[in-house]
Amino acid sequence: MTILESRPETVRPQGGTLIQQFELGLDAPICLTWELTYACNLECAHCLSSSGRRDPRELTTEQCEAVIDELQRMQVFYVNIGGGEPTIRPDFWHLLQYAVDHQVGVKFSTNGVRLNPERARFLASTDYVDVQISLDGATAEVNDYVRGPGSFDTAITALQNLQDAGFEDAKISVVCTRQNIGQLDEFKALADRFGATLRLTRLRPSGRGADVWDELHPLPEQQRELYDWLVANGGDVLTGDSFFHLSAFGGTDGGGALPGLNLCGAGRVVCLIDPIGDVYACPFAIHDNFLAGNLLADGGFQTVWQRSELFAELRSPQTGGACSSCAFFDSCRGGCMAAKFFTGLPLDGPDPECVQGYGESALASPDRVLPPQGQDHSKANPTRNQPVMLTLSRRPGLEDGPAAPPTSACAESPLAGFTP
Amino acid sequence: MLGEPWTLSPAVALRPEPFGAMAYHFGNRKLTFLKRMELVQVVRGLADHADVRAALVAAGVPEAQWPGYVDALAGLAAADMIRPRTMEGAVA
Ligand code: SF4
Ligand code: SF4
Repeated sequence: MTILESRPETVRPQGGTLIQQFELGLDAPICLTWELTYACNLECAHCLSSSGRRDPRELTTEQCEAVIDELQRMQVFYVNIGGGEPTIRPDFWHLLQYAVDHQVGVKFSTNGVRLNPERARFLASTDYVDVQISLDGATAEVNDYVRGPGSFDTAITALQNLQDAGFEDAKISVVCTRQNIGQLDEFKALADRFGATLRLTRLRPSGRGADVWDELHPLPEQQRELYDWLVANGGDVLTGDSFFHLSAFGGTDGGGALPGLNLCGAGRVVCLIDPIGDVYACPFAIHDNFLAGNLLADGGFQTVWQRSELFAELRSPQTGGACSSCAFFDSCRGGCMAAKFFTGLPLDGPDPECVQGYGESALASPDRVLPPQGQDHSKANPTRNQPVMLTLSRRPGLEDGPAAPPTSACAESPLAGFTP
Repeated sequence: MLGEPWTLSPAVALRPEPFGAMAYHFGNRKLTFLKRMELVQVVRGLADHADVRAALVAAGVPEAQWPGYVDALAGLAAADMIRPRTMEGAVA
């Protein structure tokens, strides 16, 4: 994580496409995720940030305010706040108000634990705040298996409180898994019932997600089912632009590509600020290899964003490697960098869930080595909130080994709400 | 549109980017991108000129390209990024 002396010069095509421009990087991110704490009341089996315990180095209220001031100066108009469970920070509501007062809109992700009727009324009274409730099953059975006992009821109660308070258009955010792909219509009905918008995102083998990815990631025929469902219902559903690898189900002419950017935005238009001020290329890439710098140690977020050596690399022209000869490369772009990295695949080859099937053969390669995981803030001792899945899958020796994360987003689409 | 007075919408902020600008609308929270520096200059200049034509001339856009710019401006108008100027606005 080196910070360059000055901002690298980039030669840009005049009037190139937006995607070309985005690949070369922007002055400030479009899709910034900020995880406020590693503390969480739940222990979801697939947590992308391996959250559980607070880190003693987490930014103080004053430091968080300084970050917001800087985002305002950089004209970052919108931030996705997550964690951990952000609402259990005692200063969460203060920071929310502070951000909104400084022209930084907030969408925050929560499991709903603190969304009582009073908070719901407060949220309904603010402009410029979006709430996203995480739910990974349309029934308690499916949801609680990965998110832990009682988590379905918590989420539903929060949605009810929001609706009763007159909060409009909450988001229900679902990580698509082998267990819940058959429930897409039920999720949609649930969202309709609460006047909410459904948001579907991809399970990535990040954080604790790496431990359970083999068991949870959708089967090839389910990927097709998901693609068809998105094509049929896409207009009403958000995806955080996270399924662009499925675009290869469409034509080689790019027809049938899902709406969105179809580009890995990591370090280019996307990045993550973690609870201690470390800046990573993407919320799904909490690992030293993708650590650009620290905003306290390296002179602020803008310096890291504009002068990190890692980001300069990610913004330089990339080769498609084994994928570049694929007829679907233009729509799929080789898929997700984080998914490849955490499954031990080469970054310039096919995605582990390549719909042409190249991922499976790559996964079967004897040369594949899983990377050691990055940060792990999982709880040392299981609590009663632990999901069944975790008790089944936790292997001895893994407790403090692997770590990477999943509930926030590529999270957000660089394209959210943007028509090219 | 060429003969009409327009202005950047009061709910919109322009963030400079290496290739042009990002426009953000605080009301409907939409993002859009202005892909050329000249278009940014035209949009920024709208409020200071009697009409769109004058803003194009001031930004040095050759007449042959005006139709393309008018299309781009119409797209921005549809997203409420720019608005027709009211009479008071025009006088000020
Ligand atoms: S989630 Fe994957 S595809 Fe999206 S920005 Fe991160 S690394 Fe890239
Ligand atoms: S080979 Fe690469 S570009 Fe082609 S579909 Fe698979 S991941 Fe996408």
